[in-house]
Amino acid sequence: MATYELNVNGQRKQVNVDSSTPLLWVLREELKLTGTKYGCGISACGACTVHVAGIATRSCVVPVSLIGNRPIVTIEGIGNDRVGRTVQDAWVEKDVVQCGYCQSGQIMSACALLKANPKPNDANIEESMGGNICRCGTYVRIREAIKSASGQLK
Amino acid sequence: MPSSNSKARALSVILVVCSVWSVLTLAGPARGQMSQKSKAGTATRADGLTAWQQIYSVLTHPRCINCHTATNYPQQGDDRHRHFANVIRGPEGKGVAGLNCASCHQETNADSTGVPGGHKWRLAPLSMRWQDGNDQPLSSGAVCRAVTDRSKNHGLNGPGLLKHHEEEPLVLWAWNSGRRPDGTMRTPPPLTHAEFVAATRRWIEAGMPCPQGK
Amino acid sequence: MRATPKVKNEMQVNRRSFLCASTAAAGGLLVSLYLDLPAAARKRNQAPAAKVYPPDAFVNIRTDGKIVIQVNRLEFGQGIQTGLPLVLADEMDADWANVIAELAPAADVYKDPIYGIQLVGGSGSIARSYQQYRELGAKTRAMLVAAAAERWHVAPDQCRTEASVVHGPAGQSATYAELAREAARQPVPATVRLKNPTEFRLVGKPAKRLDSRPKCDGSLKFGLDLDLPGMKVAVVAHPPVFGGRVKSISDAEARRVEGVLDVFEIPLVRGTGVAIVADKFWPAKQARRLLKVEWDLAGVEAADTAELWNKYRQLGQSPGIVAATQGDPAAIDKIAPSNRLVAEYEFPFLAHTPMEPLNTTVRFDGDAAEVWAGSQFQTGDQAAVAEVLGLKPEQVTFHTEMAGGGFGRRAVGDSHVQREAAVIAKRLRGTPLKLVWTREDDVRGGYYRPMHFHRVEVGIGPNGLPAAWRHVIVGQAINADGPFATVAITNGVDVTAVEGVADTNYAIPNFHASIHHPKINVPVLWWRSVGNSHSAFVMETLIDELAMRARIDPFAYRRKLLKPEAKKPLRVLDLLEHASAGWRDNLPRGHALGVSCHESFGTGVACAVDVSIENKRPRIHRATVAVDCGLAVNPLAVESQFQAGLAFGVSQLMAKGAITLKNGRVEQRNFDGFAPPYIMDAPVAVDVHIVKSLEAPTGCGEPPVPVISPAVVNALARLTGKRYRTLPLVSI
Repeated sequence: MATYELNVNGQRKQVNVDSSTPLLWVLREELKLTGTKYGCGISACGACTVHVAGIATRSCVVPVSLIGNRPIVTIEGIGNDRVGRTVQDAWVEKDVVQCGYCQSGQIMSACALLKANPKPNDANIEESMGGNICRCGTYVRIREAIKSASGQLK
Repeated sequence: MPSSNSKARALSVILVVCSVWSVLTLAGPARGQMSQKSKAGTATRADGLTAWQQIYSVLTHPRCINCHTATNYPQQGDDRHRHFANVIRGPEGKGVAGLNCASCHQETNADSTGVPGGHKWRLAPLSMRWQDGNDQPLSSGAVCRAVTDRSKNHGLNGPGLLKHHEEEPLVLWAWNSGRRPDGTMRTPPPLTHAEFVAATRRWIEAGMPCPQGK
Repeated sequence: MRATPKVKNEMQVNRRSFLCASTAAAGGLLVSLYLDLPAAARKRNQAPAAKVYPPDAFVNIRTDGKIVIQVNRLEFGQGIQTGLPLVLADEMDADWANVIAELAPAADVYKDPIYGIQLVGGSGSIARSYQQYRELGAKTRAMLVAAAAERWHVAPDQCRTEASVVHGPAGQSATYAELAREAARQPVPATVRLKNPTEFRLVGKPAKRLDSRPKCDGSLKFGLDLDLPGMKVAVVAHPPVFGGRVKSISDAEARRVEGVLDVFEIPLVRGTGVAIVADKFWPAKQARRLLKVEWDLAGVEAADTAELWNKYRQLGQSPGIVAATQGDPAAIDKIAPSNRLVAEYEFPFLAHTPMEPLNTTVRFDGDAAEVWAGSQFQTGDQAAVAEVLGLKPEQVTFHTEMAGGGFGRRAVGDSHVQREAAVIAKRLRGTPLKLVWTREDDVRGGYYRPMHFHRVEVGIGPNGLPAAWRHVIVGQAINADGPFATVAITNGVDVTAVEGVADTNYAIPNFHASIHHPKINVPVLWWRSVGNSHSAFVMETLIDELAMRARIDPFAYRRKLLKPEAKKPLRVLDLLEHASAGWRDNLPRGHALGVSCHESFGTGVACAVDVSIENKRPRIHRATVAVDCGLAVNPLAVESQFQAGLAFGVSQLMAKGAITLKNGRVEQRNFDGFAPPYIMDAPVAVDVHIVKSLEAPTGCGEPPVPVISPAVVNALARLTGKRYRTLPLVSI
């Protein structure tokens, strides 16, 4: 067990966990931030996506011991950001979600894309979102929502 | 370091000698490369080719070749299948926004989750591809020519290549490749790192000869 | 999932039911429904006669104006958490902006009016609860109007209602919240007039989902997110072969993991396993990796995919139990071989893999228990937990959690996940216990769409239409030994294995279909669209092949062959032909058209796709879908279901889209070995066209799934000249 100081959604948090614990489970079980989801545990589905130092990161495979002081933003905090808010609004406006379990990850990945490229084309969208599974299959509406959000962002 | 200075001096002698020889001989497709002729002394061309084969056996091992693809994706596993979750090369070999190499791969291996890691984890540039478009490894000669082509290898000469093999973190990673998600350790290349470096040295001393043919 | 094929549009329910109105504890109006189970449903259940549980309200009009509506079925993506309240709110003339939907707990009053258990499945939520929710809404409105009329000394029919307000004839008005207390004292009307469809304000118009925002900001809690004070987490080591038993356990290393509380053997529905209980999930998972278990596999059948194919292929060479027959079963033998087509099809085991891994939380208090689960079978699971804990079902409070997908995986007759959780919770009396199945547990844990083999011989008549058809299917009976066995299995034929073939809409003379149901040691379950997942593939690819052979256009051929009474398939074919006219004949070079048409769960669907081959995989540029689901209660939900359901259906084509077994062990482990469709595998664009209809609504959950695979493969046939009869598509 070791103590880690983390910067989560702009707040300093201290946790005491085994060093092997993936960031996902620190967020969910220590910090009670359950918006980030467990879908597979091997980074194949993207449900666990958060931002670490601005990079979309699959928290299920990154042990908390490798985070350091890099700032973490989760789905609970992304709405404090203009891109995050615009994406969430587009998701609601376009009625994207079905079961919704994958959507935290989808939104975090989409935000990472739009922050790097506010005007992505279809190929960009497909490449950046290509690692996120939606088992319900809401991909058509995900594409529409990203384009809509893109249209709102300068 | 004294040994590398003397090595450098020895190499510069070889350079002078070989450049004369290359003018006089018609030996192989050796443009822009160090001459394939060896200086008389410690390493013959034959020695060099033998050393190269050892190097080639490492370069084409999954721990190395999985990131030296000709395609827009990396490979993974000893069976070198396409990396899962549609991860792709991206413009700088680091993936794309939302799906970067760094999205999962950190600066060191994550043994508890089975994800390998190393400093600036990324694909080798396409200029350093060691496979064809069908994921088949290129021939020994082709890989040798690519590795020694300074227009493709970021301008590395012999000493540069040796240093790369000795010190580059992602090269070193091949011998510290960590645990797979199922808990087993990844298989290392067929030579130890020390053997790999020694073979590189021998090959360079022999003038970095490449096998003939395609 | 489907218990019986014939109860399609029956809205008549032979039950005594009565509404009861009362005042809620915090003021406001509670409208409850007491349901007396029909005799038939009691027999189906084969359980002790259901008790009448304390009433839970369907509708609660709060004094703050919010109207809370209980949804009697699990919401797991299909949108009924919005759709059913929409129906009730419309009849009630409630202000939609103030409607809150909640998932009802397990209780008799929430049981499906037709099947007599609380369930979601068979694409039947709207179909089977439409009338029920309309009545609830209309009767509630009637009581509110009666209360207002009394207050104003006017006749009820002089009042009108709109957006949670009653308006009197002389400008009086009162909100539902204001009237609630008085309404609770009104008699519940025995009958009530339901709206004429032209009077609908909400139904039939696109309505956005009620649960979108919380699903987009991380605030909505799924079952897996549950956090209770003092809660512990468990994982279970399951045997590597179904039915294996623990022989010995070496747990010293596992117990040394910090946070691990206990390690012990537990009974499973099949065989035994080892539970690891810890403070949190990660230590439990780590401990399981360090746990060493010796398994006893003596006498346990080790299913092996290669061996099963040999067995299935052999069985398929001769007829099995007759599922459907008309005309002369030997007619095909009289047709010249040059006019016969023989096709053999192979379908692998498929895992459901809903995004939220399976989980259940149980707290056992000795004389009572509480359960939290995203369950498709709440009353069945409740009864199973009660049985394990030595309680009566009514002593078990069963909360329905929002679920991250299901596709049939959470509708399990043997309640195996809930039983595991209860067994562990029993040892931790007083402590809430969350059981988590990892993704590996899920991929390897069985309950798959069964493997199937089809052998079809078609005798082609002089007009190019089939003159004889002999069809043999081989596949496990999903319902054997389950709670629906008596309903779903007739004369040895499990209806869910032959649906789509035995009840085909095509008028094929001399039609003979039969089935073999091998017993295999692999637990199986309904995978979204069940039998249609493989039957539609066979029928629609064969029809396409026959049409090509006869040089008849795929629309025209189907029209010739469909029975005249197959109204929905005929309508959707027409609508599809019209809706795809703009692009169907203008495909770029390297693209091809694929068409399919199939009716399932009472809904007719026709699909046209534009496909090319990119990087050796099918690329679906576009799909146009025509749907006849009767009245579309929420056309936006219908559109979503079809756009996304097609993507789900592509699962069957994925190169890594099969579960295989070697020597009893499942070879796949996680999404690396069993890969569902990602964004690039799904159709890029899908346009959905709904037939305008006022017929009774039918479902949209499963009908999208069967049509996409045959449509895509029919397009590929035009590009490559090959017919694809083995799924998944490993190579093209």
